[in-house]
Amino acid sequence: MDWIMTVDHKKIAILYLWAGGLFFGIGGIEALLIRWQLIKPMNDFVDAQTFNELITMHGTTMIFLGVMPIIFALMNAVIPLQIGARDVAFPFLNALGFWTFLFGGLLLNLSWMMGGAPDAGWTSYTPLSGTAYSGTHGVDFYTIGLQIAGLGTLIGGINFLATIITMRAPGMSFMRMPMFAWTTFITSAIILFAFPAITVGLVLLTFDRILGANFFVPGGGGSPVLWQHIFWIFGHPEVYILILPAFGIISEVIPTFARKRLFGYSSMVFATILIAFLGFMVWAHHMFTTGLGPVANALFAVSTMLIAVPTGIKIFNWLFTLWGGSVRFATPNLFASGFIPTFTMGGVTGVMLASAPADFQFHDTYFVVAHFHYVIVGGLVMGLFAGLHYWWPKMFGRMLSETLGKWTFWTFITGFHLTFFVQHFLGLMGMQRRVFTYLPNQHFDLLNLVSTIGAGLMGAGMLLFLANVWITSRKPMDAGGDPWEDGRTLEWSIPSPPPEYNFKQTPLVRGLDAFWKEKMAGNKGMTPAEPIGSIHMPSATPLPFIMSVGIFIAGLGFMFSRDQFVSGFVSFLFNNYIVTALGLLITFGAMLVRSLYDDHGWHIEPEELEGR
Amino acid sequence: MMRTWQSARRLLPLIAVFGMVLAGCGREDLSVLRPQGPAAESSLGLMKLAISIMIVVLLIVFSIAAYVMIRFRRKPGQNGIPEQTHGSFKLEVLWTVIPLILVIVLAVPTVRTVFALGDNHSGDKNAIKVKVTGHQYWWEFEYPDYGIKTAQDLIIPAGKDIAFELTTNDVLHSFWVPSLSGKIDTNPTGATNRFSFSAPKEGVFRGKCAELCGPSHGFMEFKVKAVSNDEFNQWIEAQKAPAVLPEDPALAKTFKEQCLKCHAVGDQGLSVGPNLTGIGSRESVAGILLNDDTRQDGAPVEENLKTWLHDTQGVKPGNLMPDPKQDMGLSDDEIDRIAEYLAGYKLN
Repeated sequence: MDWIMTVDHKKIAILYLWAGGLFFGIGGIEALLIRWQLIKPMNDFVDAQTFNELITMHGTTMIFLGVMPIIFALMNAVIPLQIGARDVAFPFLNALGFWTFLFGGLLLNLSWMMGGAPDAGWTSYTPLSGTAYSGTHGVDFYTIGLQIAGLGTLIGGINFLATIITMRAPGMSFMRMPMFAWTTFITSAIILFAFPAITVGLVLLTFDRILGANFFVPGGGGSPVLWQHIFWIFGHPEVYILILPAFGIISEVIPTFARKRLFGYSSMVFATILIAFLGFMVWAHHMFTTGLGPVANALFAVSTMLIAVPTGIKIFNWLFTLWGGSVRFATPNLFASGFIPTFTMGGVTGVMLASAPADFQFHDTYFVVAHFHYVIVGGLVMGLFAGLHYWWPKMFGRMLSETLGKWTFWTFITGFHLTFFVQHFLGLMGMQRRVFTYLPNQHFDLLNLVSTIGAGLMGAGMLLFLANVWITSRKPMDAGGDPWEDGRTLEWSIPSPPPEYNFKQTPLVRGLDAFWKEKMAGNKGMTPAEPIGSIHMPSATPLPFIMSVGIFIAGLGFMFSRDQFVSGFVSFLFNNYIVTALGLLITFGAMLVRSLYDDHGWHIEPEELEGR
Repeated sequence: MMRTWQSARRLLPLIAVFGMVLAGCGREDLSVLRPQGPAAESSLGLMKLAISIMIVVLLIVFSIAAYVMIRFRRKPGQNGIPEQTHGSFKLEVLWTVIPLILVIVLAVPTVRTVFALGDNHSGDKNAIKVKVTGHQYWWEFEYPDYGIKTAQDLIIPAGKDIAFELTTNDVLHSFWVPSLSGKIDTNPTGATNRFSFSAPKEGVFRGKCAELCGPSHGFMEFKVKAVSNDEFNQWIEAQKAPAVLPEDPALAKTFKEQCLKCHAVGDQGLSVGPNLTGIGSRESVAGILLNDDTRQDGAPVEENLKTWLHDTQGVKPGNLMPDPKQDMGLSDDEIDRIAEYLAGYKLN
């Protein structure tokens, strides 16, 4: 109950972590099933339809329900602490964002049990995703589930923007903000501009499917190419929503373990902003083979290649942060150091793909599969691992085992390269992506076998991490406030895990890497910016949970509004939108309660603060 | 002697990797890395340029990374605080300008090739025009200048430019012959795509669908058969010849009533399904059952036709052909005799 009602950013972070971990696990199992099917030619482990459902759900789950929530978990756990705030700007909305994400994700995954998962690829290209060619409710689960989950992301993004703009501790100017706070800020801005595009796209596709509209149906005058534009105007920035936080994490971890400040901080900030900006300009490089014509292809090719420049700046700045440092390879830094070469490999194939005439060959082959897994797994997942190992003691008060951590790293990275490096060659040798099997004697057999073995090793690495988490959870909470000893930013100046008010007194920030600066000046902690006083706290409330349940019911009701059920009464309820209305009533009712009932929250008094 | 053996052992992994890369080149009729035509060659040219640049970048990044990770590792007992450098304007300008130059080096030929490959030959009198239509899960090839249609095997004269016009009848597909050219999507009419390629050498090249189009997406294969000019003209004439129906009048009647509701042979039937004229001389049945009994993975055309007709959903799940036995009420014997007839329907 405590967890359902919480509005504390630290608890919401843990909720995001568990829910994200759950979906990541589901997505991972789907990946292993895909690889098992492809272990040999003409395998019949799963049938073609199931395979298409697996690839669709693997992509969708990993991107929207796996890695994004884990990113949000770290942001929630860390951002208020890093900027010296007591919570996010809107704690109630923060909880609402989590619950809508969770119920959207649950709705999407219910499709496995309710007559077929979405099967048109995570990009859901029309007309394949239209009712004429995808007759089950699968794609409805996709459109409505993602719509609900997307609400949560948008709410979260706006919340972080407001938090970072308004709640930085005194003295923390934008150019004194830690890099992770910066990348969170930019990521949130991308969310704010990119998510409305997918929202609109999903609404239109829902209308096509459920209300019989013709936005993307060629026979009715609609355009399938329009869907591709809408999808990728969101979809490409989405890549940066994923990778920028990883850049932020790496920029935190490397200076800590090199005992050096980040090399070229201001160029890092501007590179981040530039990447975000360019990220919106390049969507059509996913559409080189759509037939947009040479002028569009040339423009989008060149603008895409330009992204290599700010990304290159980042890579070299990280390397030169390590240069001249005193580098300690604790598990977080192992992942961060492994990230640099691995991500670079994903980056260079990105530039190769940007060359449009070469992309005519790369597009929709395993070369592309290799490329984006190098970026998302070799980049983002490695970054997340670095961040989780790094901030785990701060979030839970317990240090993860270093031995197991190192085993996790080596197993995972070996498995990763084994899985995806060979896929570059598979693509060039003519293997298209999204094929449920392949004919023998095309020189695909050996490399696919290698790839599947690698995937198994990656799975083993994940299990080692889970074992580490489980073993650690049984140890006493004994991590100090600054367990890595070289913490540079504000979160390390308070106990682990932090008290619910975070900072007894808001700290005064006197420079970049505020806590490091005080330590170097010989101070034990931060200088407070205010006297000890009564701290205002928001009340716990079940309303965000109830609102999300309402939207979930409304979504299900809308999805099945055209179906005939065995029971006439049930059909009556669905076909007359009664279920939909009921769900919306719950949501709007909860909103009404929230508006009418004035909750002033509560206070932690100074005596209580001193008493602890 | 010992030393030679040791240095050879050190080289083994390198040789292994090199061997794998060479083996990784793939089949001549399929691999992007072994281009058989100018379009695929120009794509590969760009790839080679890009990969050379990228290998240089990777080598630089890897060596700096290896150097810093080894050189600046914290030794036991080392507790000092290293110098807190802020950054270096010069260095940062350096690694902004160098990538920019590399990007320009790649961007110029990219743009040039985009426009070169963007040339379509639809107005070219010497080019052979072919209308490609994607279907779930087969390919239709129409030669408007000759008034003929065929399916699955695209016959082209070697050395001539082929001007394609591509559309789809249902969902999006993508037309791809890796060893001859990059791919292009088939959009519904209204967004018809045009492009062209040529195959200088005679031979059979494997083509694939590269856009997810449903369950049998992976099986939507086709063959491009580049033949001499004379052979091409002969093939055109043979295609135009009147239909050859089964000799047995009863079977001919069944064939006409059941099969020609969707398919066409010669001047008879409809073109809802693949055109069957001369199916006996094609490279494959259903695009994936190879008609080559000299190969381990192939079978005689008659056997392949029987496999297909007895289990259409098993061969290509989700395809739209009704089951000859269940849906059309043909007997096993009739099916076998139709397969026999079709296998014997050869063009030359």
